[in-house]
Amino acid sequence: MVALVATLGFVSALVFLAIRVLPGDPVLVMAGPDANPEVVARLRQAMGLDRPLSVQYVEWLGGALRGELGVSLQYDVPVGALIVSRLPVTLPLTALAALFTLVVALPLGVYAATHARRPGDYVTMVVAQVGLAVPSFWAGLLLILLFSVHLGWFRSGGFEGWTLGFWAAVRSLLLPAVALGLFQGAVLIRATRSSLLEVLGEEYVRTARAKGVSERLVVLKHAFRNALIPVVTVAGLQLGQLLAGSIILESVFALPGLGRLALGAIAARDLPVVQGVTLFVASCIVAINFAVDLSYAWLDPRIRYD
Amino acid sequence: MTSRWRIHVAFVVGLGITALLVSAAMLSLVWTPADPLSMSIAGRLEGPSRAHPFGTDQYGRDVLARVMAGTVTSITVGVLAVAVGAGVGVPLGVAGGYVGGWLDEVLMRLVDAVQGFPAILSALLFSAVLGAGITISTVAIGIAFVPAFARLARGSFLELRGREFVLAAAALGANDARLIGRHIFPNSLSPLIVQATTSFPVAILAEAALAYLGLGTQPPQPSWGLMLKEAQNFLSLSPWFALFPGAAIALAVLGLNLLGDGLRDLLHPIRVN
Repeated sequence: MVALVATLGFVSALVFLAIRVLPGDPVLVMAGPDANPEVVARLRQAMGLDRPLSVQYVEWLGGALRGELGVSLQYDVPVGALIVSRLPVTLPLTALAALFTLVVALPLGVYAATHARRPGDYVTMVVAQVGLAVPSFWAGLLLILLFSVHLGWFRSGGFEGWTLGFWAAVRSLLLPAVALGLFQGAVLIRATRSSLLEVLGEEYVRTARAKGVSERLVVLKHAFRNALIPVVTVAGLQLGQLLAGSIILESVFALPGLGRLALGAIAARDLPVVQGVTLFVASCIVAINFAVDLSYAWLDPRIRYD
Repeated sequence: MTSRWRIHVAFVVGLGITALLVSAAMLSLVWTPADPLSMSIAGRLEGPSRAHPFGTDQYGRDVLARVMAGTVTSITVGVLAVAVGAGVGVPLGVAGGYVGGWLDEVLMRLVDAVQGFPAILSALLFSAVLGAGITISTVAIGIAFVPAFARLARGSFLELRGREFVLAAAALGANDARLIGRHIFPNSLSPLIVQATTSFPVAILAEAALAYLGLGTQPPQPSWGLMLKEAQNFLSLSPWFALFPGAAIALAVLGLNLLGDGLRDLLHPIRVN
């Protein structure tokens, strides 16, 4: 827990320092290079930039801990509220992509491991290599080209919200989720195959087979759970990457999520929003990584954290 | 023997594709089928033809020439980003692994924090203050590689600093710099080289993604990601415009991944068997 707090402290410091210490004046970024010096001075005072850096950081961090991340210059609403308003797009997109990844990758990984060095294994590994090589946003464009432009089965982008119904919303997120999950799915296929292959070579698996346990039970009951530890590591780390990757897919499919909010904020020089979104996403990724660490102990009782 | 042969096939295919990639980049420095920046209003969004094998874009620029020139952008960003990641990450890992104690704890928490910043987040932050550009995207991608290099270097140093040959050198009077530079670091290079190789295709993907979002390479400089961004507006009108730059990214990444996989297996033959 101390490690998590220390890491989140570093995350907040990095986000804060990136805006305040990097060359480039945040006030001039927001006000524009031709702004009236009086306006610049007022903005600097309003943002508290005339005070020592350490005081600014402590105040900013205190506000962030209370969920107060400043006010958006573009929308004139609290940044925290803006972030919350975009979560119903970004979080379901990430969750759907993670679901797609698990549903596709785990069975394929198990299949490849149980058919190792046979044609089915090679085909699965080629599929995984292609998944690793195709950039998510290009996959998104190809999916739009096929399913929206040619077949007309899905809209090419946009999201009308959850009020129109659960399935209508899921339908809007389906193509971006598939494009987003492609790369992570490929990583997970390889991780599952590799981990299961290693476990299938263990003595106790050989013993189970010698006792006449069916191959299906050997794989699912004896081997799979023990093969899960490295797979959970990879899947957990991928979850954070999916959250960050959703920023790209939101841009491809014009989805009003966190990514589009941040990209719009850069164009509008809305620094509090950029800072707020970055802090939120980075903190989520760090928290997910720690949760993955803790899940080891649950999956493998031999592992204990002091 | 059979599995080793198969690994070599992957390695050779990867090497072949990578050689093609590097050749295209080098060739584009001295020759392209057309000027990648030259516009032609009359020849906009043409399909593939003998004059323009990959067609033309919305400004009538030759897509093949731009794909070739984009190779230079990708390779340059890839090499520099890996250099940034290794240049920052390895010293952090060496310091943590060799010194240990509270310094190691603090550095590892810092590395954990940096892991919360995939390239896209760092690029968002830096672009907000400094403006988007290829330098920003290179540094952002490099920062995303820091944790992997730091952890690998730390792991190697933790393992090697207690080994007999290091203890013997210390007993003979070798100072810290000599122990690190002459004895430990050379023995920890192999995983770092593999990491650099596997990071390179990731950097190419990230460069393309950041350029696509407008946070990386800026127009009119050719970049595969930027070309895909431009192609998106003409997807139904000129689908090939989106096909060739995307295929170039996929081919390059596939080749480099195969090369990296092969190299890893060759450097760690135990993993293969």
